[in-house]
Amino acid sequence: MDITEYIKLVFTDYTLRTITLGTAILGAVTGMLGSFAVLRKQSLLGDAISHAALPGIAIAFLITGAKDSNILLLGALVSGLIGTFWIRGIISKTHLKSDTALGLILSLFFGFGMLLLTFIQKQPNANQAGLDKYLFGQAATLVESDVWLMSIVTGACLLVLLLFWKEFKILLFDADYTKTLGFNTKFIDILITTFIVLAIVLGLQTVGVVLMSAMLLAPAAAARQWTNSLGIMVFLAATFGAFSGVFGTAISASQNNLSTGPVIVIVAGVFVLISFIFSPSRGLLFKQIRFIKNRRDLQLHKTLSFMYHIAETHENISHPHAIKILNNFQGFTKGTLQKLVRKNYVKLEGSMWSLTTEGFKTASNLYNQQTENNE
Amino acid sequence: MKNNIAIKVDDLTVAYNYKPVLWDIDLEIPEGVLMAIVGPNGAGKSTLIKSILGILNPIAGSVSIYGKSYEKQRALVAYVPQKGSVDWDFPTTALDVVMMGTYGSLGWIKRPGQKEKKLALEALEKVGMLPFKNRQISQLSGGQQQRIFLARALVQDASIYFMDEPFQGVDATTEIAIINILKELRKANKTVIVVHHDLQTVPEYFDWVTFLNVKKIATGPVKDIFNDDNLTKTYGINYKVSIQE
Repeated sequence: MDITEYIKLVFTDYTLRTITLGTAILGAVTGMLGSFAVLRKQSLLGDAISHAALPGIAIAFLITGAKDSNILLLGALVSGLIGTFWIRGIISKTHLKSDTALGLILSLFFGFGMLLLTFIQKQPNANQAGLDKYLFGQAATLVESDVWLMSIVTGACLLVLLLFWKEFKILLFDADYTKTLGFNTKFIDILITTFIVLAIVLGLQTVGVVLMSAMLLAPAAAARQWTNSLGIMVFLAATFGAFSGVFGTAISASQNNLSTGPVIVIVAGVFVLISFIFSPSRGLLFKQIRFIKNRRDLQLHKTLSFMYHIAETHENISHPHAIKILNNFQGFTKGTLQKLVRKNYVKLEGSMWSLTTEGFKTASNLYNQQTENNE
Repeated sequence: MKNNIAIKVDDLTVAYNYKPVLWDIDLEIPEGVLMAIVGPNGAGKSTLIKSILGILNPIAGSVSIYGKSYEKQRALVAYVPQKGSVDWDFPTTALDVVMMGTYGSLGWIKRPGQKEKKLALEALEKVGMLPFKNRQISQLSGGQQQRIFLARALVQDASIYFMDEPFQGVDATTEIAIINILKELRKANKTVIVVHHDLQTVPEYFDWVTFLNVKKIATGPVKDIFNDDNLTKTYGINYKVSIQE
């Protein structure tokens, strides 16, 4: 299927349109909130929350006996919130560190959830099949009402973000200071965390318990590479998240039998990879390029300033030297000297190299500039 | 002259998991002093300011600022946390951090505007950081970051300033710049409380001092109480410091 055909299909086919829209919205809202999780160094919180949601899904099913996705998600929300507050409780009430608390709650809740799932599967109820889709998600089960729910939560999240932007920002940067200014930091904290839990729970049906945290982290990690502004970072993370959803759905829809959730996560991972390599300020590629360029410049500077020092000891600044003499001191390459000739800082007469007036000036300024830069 | 009591601490006791960090502290800090809190590591110096500021909850005791509870007098108080307490790789600029000093007076939801920006720029100017206002904060040196924190507190235009080790890890230029600002604050009759580590500079920088080691050892004017006796009591070793007269 070619691209134009696919795009046409997105707008005409009900199922495809629903899934594309759903995954895009999901990616946007998790990307936005993920920025906050990443900046608070609570990256693993998302993983713990999504795993903690599993027993809630199972219990909701056991109580109602129905597979209404809204009711199951409500169960997930409740147990996700319980897990989150237990994590916070463990951290504040015991000596345990946050990674221990996260790991503990994650595995205990997930283990309990799996136990309930196997229990449910042994029940003589024909309705039980398919609960395990929440493990890895199944985007194909998305219906219009799910997308509406996602849109409403995303809208509410955006509104809260805009209203409390200043409070979120200062809490993320310096929580103690925020407290001294008279803000109720607990309220701000709970507000952020509740929305993170909500977003995760909404994504369980599509991406699943196991992979959900990647939706939270990957777009945010990618976005951080491109900007030094919180606002732009949140916006970029939302964009990356949305595109991960759209591309992921497209790839899985055009290649039969590819599960949507994992594909979306992999696309998000590609965003991260590209950002790590190609970001102009933080990316590995430009860092390496800058490093090589700096090294070359410094090599030239070193040669130039060495010749400058020799020149200072002679009356004539353009006193010529054989390359052998220069080599004896610092092992200069002919290449460096030739580059300096091209810049007109050095001239070659016969086999003797000498500093030009311009080279002399540049070399003396070189030092002045460096001391200025250091200040 | 110094009759007004700016800060009064009564029977303050703070404990982390049964172990007392601060034990029954009584303290009266007069208005307009530049006071150092000195004591060994683990003496509870930071804990003392954090408890006064309500960041930590004491298990006993009370704090009053000009006779009223801290909650009511919050607007009079500014805080400079330890530089290392935040992540300087946070995506924001120097100006933005200084603007945070205005958030308290703005209250909930309201965003900072031109007026707040002007205040922040003035504070940046005072600490000599105006040329760096748009710099990403991770690209500032340790001393510059400390100045940004100081500017953020200056924006609050408070009467009382609490500073947690403002001289930690800064170079001599920054140290002099900071101490000059602190002395200016004192001239304006502000009260400045500084957690301080360098005993050598206490007589030169400060006029008031509190010795702390879980309990309060002594508090008063530097010229009266900054002596070997109190230093030995606080640090537990025979401490000799030559005070420049």
